[in-house]
Amino acid sequence: MKRRVKFYHPRVIRATHWLNAVLLLGMIASGLQIFHAYPAFAERGGTFCCYPFAGSRFPEAVRLGGWLAGGLRWHFFLMWFFIVNGLVYGGYQLASGEWRRRWFRLRDVKGAWHMHLYYLRVRADKPPYEMYNGLQKLSYSGTMTLGALAVFSGFAIWKPVSLPFLADIIGGYAWARFWHFLIVWAFVAFLAVHLFMTLIVDRESTRSMIVGAYREKPDGE
Amino acid sequence: MESKRRDSDRRQFLKLAGASALGLWTAGCGWRGGPFEDVLQWWWNPNEVLQKALTTPRRSAKLYPPGSETATFPTYYISDSVPMTDTAAWRLDVGGMVGRPLSLSLDDLLKMPMTTTRVRHYCIEGWTGVAEWSGVQLSHLAEMVGVDPAVNYVDFRSFDDGYWSSWDRETALPPQTLITVGMNGALLDPGHGAPARLYSSLKYGYKSVKYLTEINFLSHRTGGYWEDRGYDWYAGL
Repeated sequence: MKRRVKFYHPRVIRATHWLNAVLLLGMIASGLQIFHAYPAFAERGGTFCCYPFAGSRFPEAVRLGGWLAGGLRWHFFLMWFFIVNGLVYGGYQLASGEWRRRWFRLRDVKGAWHMHLYYLRVRADKPPYEMYNGLQKLSYSGTMTLGALAVFSGFAIWKPVSLPFLADIIGGYAWARFWHFLIVWAFVAFLAVHLFMTLIVDRESTRSMIVGAYREKPDGE
Repeated sequence: MESKRRDSDRRQFLKLAGASALGLWTAGCGWRGGPFEDVLQWWWNPNEVLQKALTTPRRSAKLYPPGSETATFPTYYISDSVPMTDTAAWRLDVGGMVGRPLSLSLDDLLKMPMTTTRVRHYCIEGWTGVAEWSGVQLSHLAEMVGVDPAVNYVDFRSFDDGYWSSWDRETALPPQTLITVGMNGALLDPGHGAPARLYSSLKYGYKSVKYLTEINFLSHRTGGYWEDRGYDWYAGL
């Protein structure tokens, strides 16, 4: 029995998706190595309101680079590919019009709400949607935004004297470091849900991100 | 039947992918780069091109008002204990490709025009601190010795167990680069690089050589203590 193909993931999107998976893990792991050198946010002799774990370090298993310079070298190497890959992904979405069925817009609010009710077992059936439901669009758009914010806060930390307005917008240097750090945990939270949804709940989505075609379930659901 | 076979294929693929990811992860713990370490080190070159495009060496760093000095400011040296020297016998030799090399005592420096600045200090480790620095502009010394137009780099040496670094001319010669002899209203103390240290808020702290002994204006790039061990040579802020 041939299963109807519901949608395709274009080659560019598949390639940039998997490349990004590797690059993002590398950026996070090398970032945690850099954080290792000063696992706090307060300036010297000062305090920082919002981070109770100052001084706690992450285990070697999640760090890349071995020491500070090693972490920095990885971070500032992978950075280029992370940014270029993100631009290719975003540029392709814009040029091809793919963003229309992937990017969360105001009209998706209702769908996201109903999907949310469905997951909470308040609603019996899934609301109808074309490719992604509202919640999917929201979380994928959210994670793209996180990527952009990570780059923005990253440059704020990298060039605080030459590009001081970047850090100023987000509260200064210490806060830029803090936002950059919080974005990591937002990525990790997204990843946890993403892996659960794609490897356990809907494995067809994993297959489609590899081969392209997303097939309807045999019962036509 | 066929779809069952495909399912088991897929399960096998996922298991394999999971196992290889786990294997890579374990092998990757604390990984410095192995055979790629040279590539990673070389990659500071494109990073430097980007940094030069982003940084503006003539830009003045944000100045802080009196009283904003942070309560603590870490000391830094690579020796086992605080490097000390006989201040009366200490000399700062300024040479290299210059017309009139100089050997300066601390008194010589103290008699020169002083510049005081209160700025935020950025350490490559991630911490910052505000301090007030007083010293002679490096550009003033450069004028005194008559720097050759072919000079592109400035090399700084110290008596801190051979600690050294070198800078690009573009960042070294603007007025905010100081040969510092005072900190927070007092003479520089031994923990922070006495008798004289380099200071500029446009580079990370490890570029600001403490316990200075020599300044050489050169046409070629040298390296530095940390730079030769893997840190960014340009290190512009």
